[in-house]
Amino acid sequence: MKRFCIMIVLALLVVMGCDNKKEEEEKAKPEDAQISPQEGTQESLRIAWAEWNPADYLEELSKDFTSDTGINVEVVQIPWESFQSEISVAFVGKSSNYDIVIGDSQWLGMNSVGGHYVDMTDWINENIDVASIYGPAMTAFAEYPKGSGKYWALPAEVDAAGYVYRKDLFEDPKEMEAFQEKYGYALAPPKTYKELRDIAEFFTRKDKDLYGIATWYSNSYDGITMGFQQVMWSFGGSYGDTETYKVDGHINSEDSVKALEYYKDLLKFAPPDAPNYYWQETSDAYKAGKVAMAMNYFAFFPGIVDPEENANYHDKSGFFVAPAGPKGHYISIGGQGMSISTYSKKQDIAKQYLKWFMQKPVQEKWAKLGGFTPVKEILESDAFKTATPYNEAFAASFPYLRDFWAVPEYAELLAECQTNWSAAVTGQKSPKEALDAIAKKHEEIFAAAKMESTEE
Amino acid sequence: MQINRFSRGMSDYQLKMAFIMPTMILLILMNIFPLLWSLFLSFYRYKVSIPTVPPKYIGLRNYSDLFTDPAIWGYFRTTAYFVLLAVTAQFFIGFGLALLLNREFPAKGLVTTLLLLPMMLSPVVVGLFWRFILLSDNAGLLNYLLSPILNLPILRSIFDPPIEWTTNPKIAMLAVVIVDTWMWSPFMMLIALAGLSAIPKYLYEAADVDRASAWFKFRWITLPLVSPLLLIALLFRTMDAFKMFDIVYVLTYRGGPGNATETVSMNLYKLAFENYNTGKACAMAYILLIIIVALSNIYVKYLNRVKGET
Repeated sequence: MKRFCIMIVLALLVVMGCDNKKEEEEKAKPEDAQISPQEGTQESLRIAWAEWNPADYLEELSKDFTSDTGINVEVVQIPWESFQSEISVAFVGKSSNYDIVIGDSQWLGMNSVGGHYVDMTDWINENIDVASIYGPAMTAFAEYPKGSGKYWALPAEVDAAGYVYRKDLFEDPKEMEAFQEKYGYALAPPKTYKELRDIAEFFTRKDKDLYGIATWYSNSYDGITMGFQQVMWSFGGSYGDTETYKVDGHINSEDSVKALEYYKDLLKFAPPDAPNYYWQETSDAYKAGKVAMAMNYFAFFPGIVDPEENANYHDKSGFFVAPAGPKGHYISIGGQGMSISTYSKKQDIAKQYLKWFMQKPVQEKWAKLGGFTPVKEILESDAFKTATPYNEAFAASFPYLRDFWAVPEYAELLAECQTNWSAAVTGQKSPKEALDAIAKKHEEIFAAAKMESTEE
Repeated sequence: MQINRFSRGMSDYQLKMAFIMPTMILLILMNIFPLLWSLFLSFYRYKVSIPTVPPKYIGLRNYSDLFTDPAIWGYFRTTAYFVLLAVTAQFFIGFGLALLLNREFPAKGLVTTLLLLPMMLSPVVVGLFWRFILLSDNAGLLNYLLSPILNLPILRSIFDPPIEWTTNPKIAMLAVVIVDTWMWSPFMMLIALAGLSAIPKYLYEAADVDRASAWFKFRWITLPLVSPLLLIALLFRTMDAFKMFDIVYVLTYRGGPGNATETVSMNLYKLAFENYNTGKACAMAYILLIIIVALSNIYVKYLNRVKGET
């Protein structure tokens, strides 16, 4: 009996060993192995993305991939509030739940150094026409460290912060006359932050529950950081030296202080709830007719021109590029890159999908559906610029895009910015105190990171 | 018989162990191991998000960093302020409601059940609907309801409506206290009601015979007899309030504006799950645990004293 039991255990071990061998063989397959529709009938791919319109477009677009290859594609949409934590939990647990993750540009450093993203440098160089992709998008969404030529993703949705405004107010002759009289120049979409402030002030009529502007001040995720950083850059400030990681004297420079004073001042012309505003809230405030201008990512503007979502102002809305400051013109980059999860058991299919996605006809359809393509030629075409009322402003925003730190410590750096900038605009700290506090903390974070790397 | 043979094969000790072991294993896996593992990690520099970098032993550095960080003391002050305000309000409102309910009136059961509803709801749901009630502009339900009063000329001369419930750093904590009090006063009420209904009627009858005043009866009969239960309720509420996280997460957008409502637990969450500073977060969790244990001990000692007196 005993011998019989031992034989059964040994037999089980042999079977398990064969299974492992099979798995190893599977892994050893060439990375870009093509799977025919017949072979791939049972296959499926899971893509994790945030819950928003572009994810719907991708789901629609991926049906073509399914019909071409027989591989099912499921786009898992995670609510924005828990997007980052849900992906992190999956990575920490080495879950193979998601094959492709469409993550924020800031995640690149942490997820590449942390071993969660597959290094795609060689594969991209062999299979993708990198020259056809808009350069800053490739740098922002795919490359880490910046300038190293090492790629961890392919740009999926390229986005930028932009503005929507009420044309019915801006083009009202009475308003135009009153504005001209008060400020001495014509009322038009602002080109500078000074003009933006004037217009915001002009349209603020609290007794009528109308305010000049809705922009991002929220403490949640990267709200106020994405809203304020473009003002800081345009006023001459910066996060720090990207070579030496020296922060003191950059983020708390005189220019940065002036920028934060400006951003705090702008809050006077925003609705009372504005310190909690991020993309959802600015969008809602605009649709409710509460504000004359609202900032948002271009990816959210389809909802502005949709008569069902924005019954009152869908046909009265114009769009403009985020203004320039006294010392430059910079805009917060939005959008995400497609990365392959290290823990995916279908990396070859994921690569096949990425290769398919980057094909020009697919990108053209992606742009047609409402996605913001990273392909230069499509982006610069007249057909793209005229496809929607906001595409022209989106394309015009491109030369000015900049990003937050994409280093592995980004989350800690971001948390300090969020808390301190929110404290500054709501009066808990002076702009100088807030920026000094960020500079001190950021230097500590970088120093600790440097210590870790030298200890290794 | 099969069963007899099986039970005959096991000693009393083995039988006991057979019953206890599943629970013990579960307890060790779910409670003891994470507790010890987090203690171990609190002495290491480790980020769970970057598993490629192994944990590095740094002794008490995480603890010393936390104790020397002025921001951490700020979160403790915020938490203490919240605990004091919320638990005090819940104590008086809950006990007051219990006194009102401790008499016979029509539909008493229905009223009691309705009053208990808030504490049965999920804190996230409570936070979400209060977020809309407490919107800082005129669209907020509370501001809308209060607008006839807030727009009175005498009040308008003092401040400009609407009330910025969740966006003004001076008021935001009050908003959190209001929501927590709405949710948890029924808990105080329930415990106090249990204590009140257990007081023997004959004590009041005897006091009536002696023509004792209502205050005398409350001070010398009701309060001493109900106080052990009230203390237990206070103990639970203090411990729970000290760990305040969910309502702050939802209502004031993770402790905002700035860090005006950032409690220690909220900060702990940010350290662990937003900054991925796992080692430091474990150290912080232990500091929090020690404080809660110390607070509970003070309560328990006081409770024993009160019990002895009664």
